[in-house]
Amino acid sequence: MKLQVNGEYRKVSATTVFDLLTELGLHPQGTIVERNREIVEPSAYRDTHLSEGDVLELVRLVGGG
Amino acid sequence: MKIEPREDFSPQETERYSRNALLAQVGWEGQARWRAGRVLVVGAGGIGSAALLYLAATGVGRLGLVDGDAVELSNLQRQILHGSADLGRRKVESAAGSLAALNPLCRVETFDLRLNQANVGEVVQGFEVVLDASDNFITHFLLAECCWRYKIPLVSAAATGWHGQLLVAAPGAENPCYRCLVPEAPPAEAVPASTQIGILGAVAGAMGSLQAVEALKLLLGLDSDLTRRLLAYDGLQGRFQSLARVKRPDCPLCGRESEQ
Repeated sequence: MKLQVNGEYRKVSATTVFDLLTELGLHPQGTIVERNREIVEPSAYRDTHLSEGDVLELVRLVGGG
Repeated sequence: MKIEPREDFSPQETERYSRNALLAQVGWEGQARWRAGRVLVVGAGGIGSAALLYLAATGVGRLGLVDGDAVELSNLQRQILHGSADLGRRKVESAAGSLAALNPLCRVETFDLRLNQANVGEVVQGFEVVLDASDNFITHFLLAECCWRYKIPLVSAAATGWHGQLLVAAPGAENPCYRCLVPEAPPAEAVPASTQIGILGAVAGAMGSLQAVEALKLLLGLDSDLTRRLLAYDGLQGRFQSLARVKRPDCPLCGRESEQ
């Protein structure tokens, strides 16, 4: 399906947030996810299903200074 | 432009801060507020260097500075408070020297230590705003908890690689805290450190500059979107993201359950 990820359209085979992060090589516990302008709680990544045209903002959690 | 003399500021201060005072939201009242301001910065590294330099230059009257490390050669590609001549010196001493050279009107209080549960409360009390520019999640969580408990606004910044992020955790029943966004410390493999994947100094500096902006606004009582949003910067893509943060009812720090 086609999604907008960090401002770019891309085709993915993932159907959940968790699978999308895996497909993009992002660690689920190190990524903040906003789907259609709402932050998804990390505990809900596996149960959050994606729909065609979803707008996702993925932010890599950082801790360094 | 002719600068009118001010009774409550010396001629040197009047000239030094004239561009601050010209800002419509600041004026000389705002400058006086900054001069009376007390800001604590935790970490004199890549982020803290930029934040501290700007806070001192702007004229914040009292700066607290926490760091328990010495200056190492690998620090110097990003930690612009320290120079080659400072190698081996305590970071708080090196930083205090640089800040005094930039603005001798600014009083700097140094804490040459690592924060822990036993000392954090004593260090943060007496400061009006705390800037988390530390490099680890133990300290991020410690400051998030302590500042929330003492109702001190916290400006939290972090950076690794090409990425940075920034948020304000302002006291208030309706505001989300740091742990509403990061409920539990992530495992090390999920959040690689700069010792593994590197860090671009200018990215850390960008986050420190933005952190200083937020601290200065907090002192003036100006509102900021960042009390309810997360600002993320991807230096590689050249892109900022602004995400709406929500207050989690089940937040381990500020949630309803934890208040009972």
